[in-house]
Amino acid sequence: MSAGGQVGIVLVSHSAAVASGVAELAKGLAGGGATAPVAAAGGTPDGGLGTSSELITAAAAEVDGGAGVALLVDLGSAVLTVKTLLADGDELPEGARLVDAPFVEGAVAAVVTASAGGDLDAVAAAASEAYGYHKE
Amino acid sequence: MAEQEPGTGLDAAFFTRWLTACAAAVEREAAHLTDLDAAIGDADHGSNLQRGFRAVADTLAKDEPATPGAVLTLAGRQLISTVGGASGPLYGTLLRRTGKALGDAPAVGRAALAEALGQGVAAVAQLGGAKAGDKTMLDALEPAVAGLGQSYADAARAAADAAEATTPLQARKGRASYLGERSIGHQDPGATSAALLIGVLAETAEAGQ
Repeated sequence: MSAGGQVGIVLVSHSAAVASGVAELAKGLAGGGATAPVAAAGGTPDGGLGTSSELITAAAAEVDGGAGVALLVDLGSAVLTVKTLLADGDELPEGARLVDAPFVEGAVAAVVTASAGGDLDAVAAAASEAYGYHKE
Repeated sequence: MAEQEPGTGLDAAFFTRWLTACAAAVEREAAHLTDLDAAIGDADHGSNLQRGFRAVADTLAKDEPATPGAVLTLAGRQLISTVGGASGPLYGTLLRRTGKALGDAPAVGRAALAEALGQGVAAVAQLGGAKAGDKTMLDALEPAVAGLGQSYADAARAAADAAEATTPLQARKGRASYLGERSIGHQDPGATSAALLIGVLAETAEAGQ
């Protein structure tokens, strides 16, 4: 682990459009140059709404550079599927972690922090702290 | 089958017959489960389980795992990877943890199954964070485990009664919980499918005796 690479970010949503849209937003707001690797795992393989363990494990493998993978999820089966994959032990890369964070704000914080070279703890903390940004 | 020999009786073929019969029962009941889910959820419970149990039946027919534990673990994995809704990781965890608890035993008795299923149900509770009375599959699964300590028929009856008893409850977990008091008056689809699977377990056990 922590071989000097950036933390990878996986965004899991029931909707492919939401997952890829939030990925695009987070990368855009992370600013300028190259960002940490981000992959979207949205919807089911046939394009429907839902959660796909195969899309999640593929996305995690894609962004895994050895520094850990932070998984952000929307709700329901997305949360349960990632927890189940983590409990299983061998389907997600070593250093994969479910991050407790609001999906959109957490994704932005995670990608910004990972792109700046933050380690997995820093990325997870930044994403979770997004719960504290109240809008009123 | 060997109820008089508590260590034996249920082999890999029994668990394969049970889960294959579950696939047929889910096909039969899919529309009903989806109707229940349409009232308080997102109207996909029947079709999700149909996809999952079809995959389970196909895999078990191909792979023919050698022990009860291996059958349940493989079936759990299939549900996790094919269902696409919350029932996938929940039922997948139920079967996988139950299978793990059975270990490598070539055959198990009813008491050992009840013990293992209890561990599976505890894992479901931990994963979903629900407890009895939250209007979820746990409302049927926990009485089923207690009933299985007595007999298969007790397990089936307890699960069916408990599923019906979810109707007046207010949902506190899952998509239905967003409805608040409007979830009252509808039978929970998860408890209903759980009772279906336990009912099929009892039928499979009776057919084998």
